[in-house]
Amino acid sequence: MSDDLSGVSRRDILKGAGAAAFLGAVGTRAAQAQEPASKMRRIGPGPVAIELTVNGKKRRLNLEPRVTLLDALRDRIELTGTKRVCDRGACGSCTVWVDGKTANSCMMLAVDAHGAEITTIEGLAQGGKLHPVQDAFVRHDALQCGFCTPGMVMSCAALHEHNPKAGEAEVREAISGNLCRCGTYTHIFNAMQDVAGGGR
Amino acid sequence: MSKQKVRLGFKGNEKEVEVNPRKGTPAWMGVDADPAVIGKDHARIDAIAKVTGAAKYSYDMRPAGLCYAKLIGSPHAHAKVKRVDLTKARALKGVLFAEAQEGKTVRFAGDDVAGLVAETEEILDDAIRLVTVDYKVLPHAVSEAAAQADGAPRVKRNSENVVLPRRGGTWGSLDAAAAAHKGADVVLERVYRTQVQTHSCLETHGSVCEWNDGKLTVWASTQSTFGVRRTIAGALRIPQGDVVVITQHMGGGFGSKFGADRWDVFAARAAKVIGRPVRCMLDRKAEHLVAGNRPSSIQRCKFSAKKNGTLLGAEVRSWGTGGIGGGAGVLNPDIYNFKGAGRECFNVYTHAGGGRAFRAPRHPQGVFALEGMIDELAEAIKMDPLELRRKNDSDPVRLAEYEIGAKKIGWKTRKKSGSDRGVKKRGLGCAASLWYHTGGPGTVVRCRIEKDGSVLVANGAQDIGTGTRTVLAVIAAEELGLEVKDIEVRLGTTTDGFGPASGGSKTAASVGPAVRNAAYSVKREILATVARDVGGDVDKMDLKGGQVVGGKKALTFKQACSLFPDGFETDAKATAEDFDRRAQFAPRISGCQFAEVEVDTETGQVRVVKVVAVQDCGRVIDPLLARSQLNGGVIQGVSYALFEDRLLDPNTGDMVNPNLVDYKIVGSLDMPEIEAVMFPVANGINSIGMSGLGEPSTVATAGAIGNAVANAIGVRIRSLPITPDKVLAALKGMS
Repeated sequence: MSDDLSGVSRRDILKGAGAAAFLGAVGTRAAQAQEPASKMRRIGPGPVAIELTVNGKKRRLNLEPRVTLLDALRDRIELTGTKRVCDRGACGSCTVWVDGKTANSCMMLAVDAHGAEITTIEGLAQGGKLHPVQDAFVRHDALQCGFCTPGMVMSCAALHEHNPKAGEAEVREAISGNLCRCGTYTHIFNAMQDVAGGGR
Repeated sequence: MSKQKVRLGFKGNEKEVEVNPRKGTPAWMGVDADPAVIGKDHARIDAIAKVTGAAKYSYDMRPAGLCYAKLIGSPHAHAKVKRVDLTKARALKGVLFAEAQEGKTVRFAGDDVAGLVAETEEILDDAIRLVTVDYKVLPHAVSEAAAQADGAPRVKRNSENVVLPRRGGTWGSLDAAAAAHKGADVVLERVYRTQVQTHSCLETHGSVCEWNDGKLTVWASTQSTFGVRRTIAGALRIPQGDVVVITQHMGGGFGSKFGADRWDVFAARAAKVIGRPVRCMLDRKAEHLVAGNRPSSIQRCKFSAKKNGTLLGAEVRSWGTGGIGGGAGVLNPDIYNFKGAGRECFNVYTHAGGGRAFRAPRHPQGVFALEGMIDELAEAIKMDPLELRRKNDSDPVRLAEYEIGAKKIGWKTRKKSGSDRGVKKRGLGCAASLWYHTGGPGTVVRCRIEKDGSVLVANGAQDIGTGTRTVLAVIAAEELGLEVKDIEVRLGTTTDGFGPASGGSKTAASVGPAVRNAAYSVKREILATVARDVGGDVDKMDLKGGQVVGGKKALTFKQACSLFPDGFETDAKATAEDFDRRAQFAPRISGCQFAEVEVDTETGQVRVVKVVAVQDCGRVIDPLLARSQLNGGVIQGVSYALFEDRLLDPNTGDMVNPNLVDYKIVGSLDMPEIEAVMFPVANGINSIGMSGLGEPSTVATAGAIGNAVANAIGVRIRSLPITPDKVLAALKGMS
């Protein structure tokens, strides 16, 4: 299994000189494959060194290219707030921000996040102060068992950052990829209406 | 025992009764009780942990040296495991444990044939691919019809495929029901069907098991910490005292997580052998296949009525499957005053994963048929369906609830069925429900105060996500005259006092009275000590607003606690005398729901526009959290009514939609407006008047939606889920 990273989202970073130091393993394997010094680099199946910025902190990881961003966060960095539920991008429980945009971390390889800024649920509150969306979720009881909550909060907070006055239709759309089994949607709508300044 | 007079009921319908509070326990709350903390909105005390990702679920536990386990499931619904080759898997670096079940007969797709443990999940994935299994494939039957066909393969060795269970199989009298049809103006025979629904817990089933000095710790995703302790100790043949089960948070159970499962026992055994902690959590496919489901039903109904709206006979004969498990009966609740009613429910064994309890077992399916039949009778005798219900329902709570619900949904605007014009047709429907007072004795709660005034309430039961932790804090705060933030609640570790399983909507109603007893006992001790050391008449003193009131000298709660240099604690139990089984006002928990739907007659799509749920909530402890429960019941009901369906391929016997893409559960875009109306009733069932909320709120939803769809399009879909294909076929059949 030899992955060709050309054409994937992180290509620019992978071929950049700055990344070479962290991609030692990549370079070696590419050389073994006798590829010319081209933009194409083969990595894996063995571990690859990558660097992520997670919640503002630089993290160097050595992991196989097949490891998802979700598993890197949970098993390597031990940030377990982000959940695996459907494992195929259907439920949004693994939602994180990659360079400020929401992403299903179960559908993204960690190597593809190399160089990116990742924000997880643990990094949303700043300086001990809850994000307004988190605060509204608490006040409106927009959660029950809480397993979908990190993903819901990340989706809603992204919407709020992008559109602080978002109405219910936009909230419905923003969390249309997040599933909740306990049935908290109605209270999530209330919370988001409150955050947008509409009151309940 | 000391007798106490208490007023029960609800505004406009009260009565005075006599209750017998046990010595040393608080007076019972009636309809005129005016608590300071109970009944106000309080945010969930663990909400901040849940919105910041700090809440640790079993799936998040990472003890040092953690390894990963998985059971390999059979792709065949019925087969004999001839040979399992683990050689290559065992040879893989990082594989620590492997075990096969050669000779086992698997009886459903997903039934486990081998188990593996590896150091990482990636190695585990590789190892699983290296396992080869030889099966002797046997004939299977995965549908109710196939299992009843001539020459069908037997699912259970010691049983026919179709059985009438001794328990729950029959109710009332079918003979009496048949006789009651005599003199009817209308007799209708109809068949209602409901699907198999999987629990689809977001946190899959499983646990993390670790041994230390011969003692086992299990971080379990469970709705019964003590149930897991009992079952895993039993399976491992070790004393329960050698097992500690911990569930701080859990990601949904809905009836499917009561005890240790095969994978938990496997994780515990493997952890012992390899001397490292092992996590075994199901993957999504296994969660659908092996971890339980709500059984299907095919309900043959024969109901009759007189033209004047007198209900006569109600016969129900049902067949359903819970796979290799039982429990496929339905319960058409005893809501209406039929002259004669009877039911028999046959269980059909099939080669599919076993059914388990699922939020209000038997009820949503029973209500879908019962309430459909009531509407069909109303249609036949040309009577308003709500009027027919009122005429035959004598429950004062539900009669009051009908009024509220009808007003809120705008029942007066309901049109004649099928008369709405245009492509998108709207309709209104309603359905009634009932549930039971399930709280009971046995819970032991510790209440401890420290000299600095801090308060701890501890019990070993779990918070399944309903907010038990918060509800207990509210009750303790009420009794101690404090605020919710002043109370720390410790739940979910079996080294604390015994507590119930979260099933039957009984957790809060069982633990709550015990918490009140414990806090009351602590209060009496504080007041007695203040009276002795500072002065005052203990019978005139109380704890209120963080103060000792009525004493000789004003004292804060904290100052009073400082009289106990080592703090002190009380372990209080809720005993049988703390629950009045007579339930002198409302012996059952009544509810009704009204739905408005819009049906697109070109696409067949059903959209639920609004649901009004009016629910007897006993005494509401925290309305904010109670509303979450009611909404949740309605939302799961919408999902059951319109979307969810476990589909098994009759040829392979495997599930064709074992994921969350093709097994559709309701999402944000499908959400109706929900108006949850809490109908408070002082029921006199325990000292607080608490009843459960989790299950009753999901009983009526599918029934109300089914009736609303029929009202919209003028043709009835008697099969759940109400999907576009069924709607279009029904509309086509009409023209």
